[in-house]
Amino acid sequence: MLIPHPLLGPRDAQEFTYLGDASLIDRPDGMADGAEAAFCDYVYLRDNPAGVHRELWFHEFGDRSWLVVTRNTVTHEILGAELAADVARRGR
Amino acid sequence: MSRIEGGLIDRSRSLGFTFDGKRLKGHPGDTLASALLANGVRLVGRSFKYHRPRGILSAGSEEPNALVELGTGARREPNTRATVVELFDGLAASSQNRWPALGFDALAVNDMLAPFLTAGFYYKTFMWPKSFWETVYEPAIRRAAGLGRLSMQPDPDAYDKGFLHCDLLVIGGGPAGLAAALTAGRAGARVILADEDFRLGGRLLAETHPLDDAPATDWVAAVEAELASLPNVRVLSRTTVFGAFDHGIYGAVQRVADHLPDPGAQVRQSLWRITARRAVLAAGATERHIPFADNDRPGIMLAGAMRAYANRWAVTPLTRPGQRVAVFANNDDGHRTAIDLVARGVNVLAVIDPRPDAPRLGEYQLFAAAQVTGARGRLGLSSIEVTHADGRAHWLEVSALGVSGGWNPNLHLASHHRGRPVWSEGHKAFLPGPDGPAGLSVAGAAAGQGTTHAALTGGARAAQGALADLGIAAALPALPAAEDRPAIPTPFWHVKGRGRAWVDFQNDVTVKDIALSRRENMTSVEHMKRWTTLGMATDQGKTANVTALAVMSELTGKAIPQTGTTIFRPPYTPVSLGVLGGGDTGPHFRPRRLTPTHAWAKAQGAVFVEVGQWMRAQYFPRPGETHWRQSVDREVTATRAGVGLCDVTTLGKIDVQGRDAAAFLDRIYANTMSTLAVGRVRYGVMLREDGIAYDDGTCARLAEDHFVVTTTTANAGLVYRNMEFARQCLWPDLDVQLISTTDAWAQISVAGPRARDLLARIVDGADLSNASFPFMACAELTVCGGLRARLFRISFSGELAYEIAVPARYGNALMARMIEAGADLGATPYGTEALGVLRIEKGHAAGNEINGQTTAQMLGLGKMVSTKKDAIGAVMSRREGLAADTRRLVGLVPVDPAERVVAGSHLFAEGAAQRTETDQGWITSACFSPHLGTHIGLGFLVDGAGRTGEVVIAANPVEGMAVRLRVVSPHFVDPEGGRLRD
Repeated sequence: MLIPHPLLGPRDAQEFTYLGDASLIDRPDGMADGAEAAFCDYVYLRDNPAGVHRELWFHEFGDRSWLVVTRNTVTHEILGAELAADVARRGR
Repeated sequence: MSRIEGGLIDRSRSLGFTFDGKRLKGHPGDTLASALLANGVRLVGRSFKYHRPRGILSAGSEEPNALVELGTGARREPNTRATVVELFDGLAASSQNRWPALGFDALAVNDMLAPFLTAGFYYKTFMWPKSFWETVYEPAIRRAAGLGRLSMQPDPDAYDKGFLHCDLLVIGGGPAGLAAALTAGRAGARVILADEDFRLGGRLLAETHPLDDAPATDWVAAVEAELASLPNVRVLSRTTVFGAFDHGIYGAVQRVADHLPDPGAQVRQSLWRITARRAVLAAGATERHIPFADNDRPGIMLAGAMRAYANRWAVTPLTRPGQRVAVFANNDDGHRTAIDLVARGVNVLAVIDPRPDAPRLGEYQLFAAAQVTGARGRLGLSSIEVTHADGRAHWLEVSALGVSGGWNPNLHLASHHRGRPVWSEGHKAFLPGPDGPAGLSVAGAAAGQGTTHAALTGGARAAQGALADLGIAAALPALPAAEDRPAIPTPFWHVKGRGRAWVDFQNDVTVKDIALSRRENMTSVEHMKRWTTLGMATDQGKTANVTALAVMSELTGKAIPQTGTTIFRPPYTPVSLGVLGGGDTGPHFRPRRLTPTHAWAKAQGAVFVEVGQWMRAQYFPRPGETHWRQSVDREVTATRAGVGLCDVTTLGKIDVQGRDAAAFLDRIYANTMSTLAVGRVRYGVMLREDGIAYDDGTCARLAEDHFVVTTTTANAGLVYRNMEFARQCLWPDLDVQLISTTDAWAQISVAGPRARDLLARIVDGADLSNASFPFMACAELTVCGGLRARLFRISFSGELAYEIAVPARYGNALMARMIEAGADLGATPYGTEALGVLRIEKGHAAGNEINGQTTAQMLGLGKMVSTKKDAIGAVMSRREGLAADTRRLVGLVPVDPAERVVAGSHLFAEGAAQRTETDQGWITSACFSPHLGTHIGLGFLVDGAGRTGEVVIAANPVEGMAVRLRVVSPHFVDPEGGRLRD
């Protein structure tokens, strides 16, 4: 696969490490009330869609940026990629 | 001899080769198959299941029968297809799956047992008793039914892999592929043309039709020369594109040296990963056969293959003068074989054609509305039975039969992304569907463009269209005039009758097996495949699948499109595992990292050990030491008595800088780092977000906004990745930057009561007294007269200890300098074994304890997890399931000092039955302690915090051991910590 890196252009997927669902960006506040229940969902519950999926890839053998890649898990078509930091800053 | 006139072989040179030890001769340009036929060899193999004698069916990569072992010794390669093996001088081939000889095979008894070996036989028969499958049935079946043998020796050849990029990848070098490459090449596009054959031209080499009134090979030669002259075109012959992968990436294997007697300095094969913006699949078509009783006799082959052997290789499957050939075809294309053979002076007895209106296209006898209903000649065809429409049957003496049931487009790559082939009633064939890989178009016979004219224009147009997508304008080249007579077959899928009619030759599947499969309700194509194993051999049913589907459709009364189809998966043809590995074998299996002091350690005679990618000194044997324990005990003792030095560069180092560095680290570590004073170091533990401990190390504060974090060797990459995740994905607004400096700094542990004395001799003017540089101090300073260094007073051994870091390139010299400077202090290098013993004696947790299943609380570090702040894993570490766990890290010593302590042993209360339910923990680390003079261990024990002094049993059933151990503090050495603080 080729990942369209927003800064570096198309890069081979072999340069990346895959993590999983982009919802991992939405980490609950550990000091808030009910944090344990929120963390239980955060740590263990993920959507695993057959279709369009937003997911985290780490450019480990590259510029070390975390990306949010939008990928169709059925066709492997990649619909977009952006810096995870940008996604995190605007709150998804 | 069956060699005839003409052909594309070089008769001026002879090549000697052997088959089953027999010395034979061929010519350059021959394949092993054509050379065998030229020597009158028709019987080349035994079938997989019934050990039926088999010959050569095809002239290409679809071959299901003629599988042979090539080479000898370590180079022996089983299951190669004789039809694609390029002949070379000295080639040694042998038949396989036969004993004692190809002509007489004892296991051919399987053929007589055929009524019992039908579809689903294994599933039905070997069900009981269950344990017999692995021990009795499977080994016996594997011996009886099989393919070739492996050499069982390391592969002596080298392989390589590489990356290629192009605008247009053209797959196949026949008329469509050549026209496509020419069109794109002239337009200036970057083109790769990959062809599996050793000679460009594809089917043009096998046919006699002229192009522009000249031999087709003239046009091929002109195109080949033009492509070679274009710098933007790369032609890869002997290269099979075996798979279409995501985003325009194609896998290809180039057989660089398989056609050479010895590869010499070259690699044998190369794996190419081709990234193509567009691709044209021009892989041609594979001929179908027509199953009839005993249609697997050697001498029966595909009509198109028979024509190719005659036209390209100048051979026939005949063995003696006067023998005759017949053709069985349901389409006009099959008749071409008769026409070409007659033109070459071969005695063609008849063409048998089931079509009532079959045309007679040449000087041969035609039996229209007739079928071939039987064949005789166990080791080689001797006669066929022809049955006419009125039921009249007679036997004809023929030694070879060409069979043609039409052609199946080679659409395999188009279905590698699960694109489903679509039945075309007009073509009477499956064509590539519209849902193939993005960027891949199909041209020529692979797209059902069955005539030479259609293939040429189809190829050129496909290239033009693909380049138009890329904004490259390409003109259609002037293409030569070519034959344009389509040969659509009249559906005739198999001859009905009583005998066994083979559909899948490689897996020995007959029409009867398909019928049985249907009776047993395995009518879906996918079920039928698995029940009969049809199409599941290494040829993926290239000559079988569509025919089987048609047979099933007849049996069920459903149309072919309703019966379904199967798709193909990579690889198109078998790929050797060696080439997939490329050069990544032996010491090159993965990158090897050497520590900065590697050269020095090697010169000292160190024994090295692989630690992940690193090579680390394990111990440093001295003259007279004959056992590793002697060396390790000495290194440990010398360290605790004087001073020891160990390269600890492999521990991960992460430089953390920024205004918010302290706040950031508070969220990374379970304990607090923001309160750490500048010039001080703190031990820290990191949790996974699920609350389990995953790494530990030190955190040194060099400045308000500058920290250096160390990690374990194993997790250096993971911790860095996780910290970048936290920085970018969780807290992008913190002002903090990270960089891994593991390889930038050489770090040496200096441990033992004389450590300070030694360091004082190399540090430039710094005061190392306990008052000014106490335990857990750190500083940036210089050593050896101005060399930049960092000094940390931290201890993994429990001794007065430091770690000193210098730029990596100075590590080797610093080690040598310190050993020299500390000679009178007893300075001794120690390796990873002694490092392990020292830390077990001190009771420090390491990877054995922090193994992804344990919590900070279990490690005795529970109080470090701060409740005053949010940190990764903190919340989940407090959940009931983890918090209620009473297992704690304890020390263990044998009650009888002579006993051993073995890591992995499980702990039980004395007198208790030893079962999973009564299990009380396990031993994580164990060693012999020179300090105590006995074995010691660390382990996790239920209620471990309150059981000091108690005796437990360490059970090690693997070695039949049950040892009484006393529970003690994990700190075997200096539990008060006086040594490291003074």
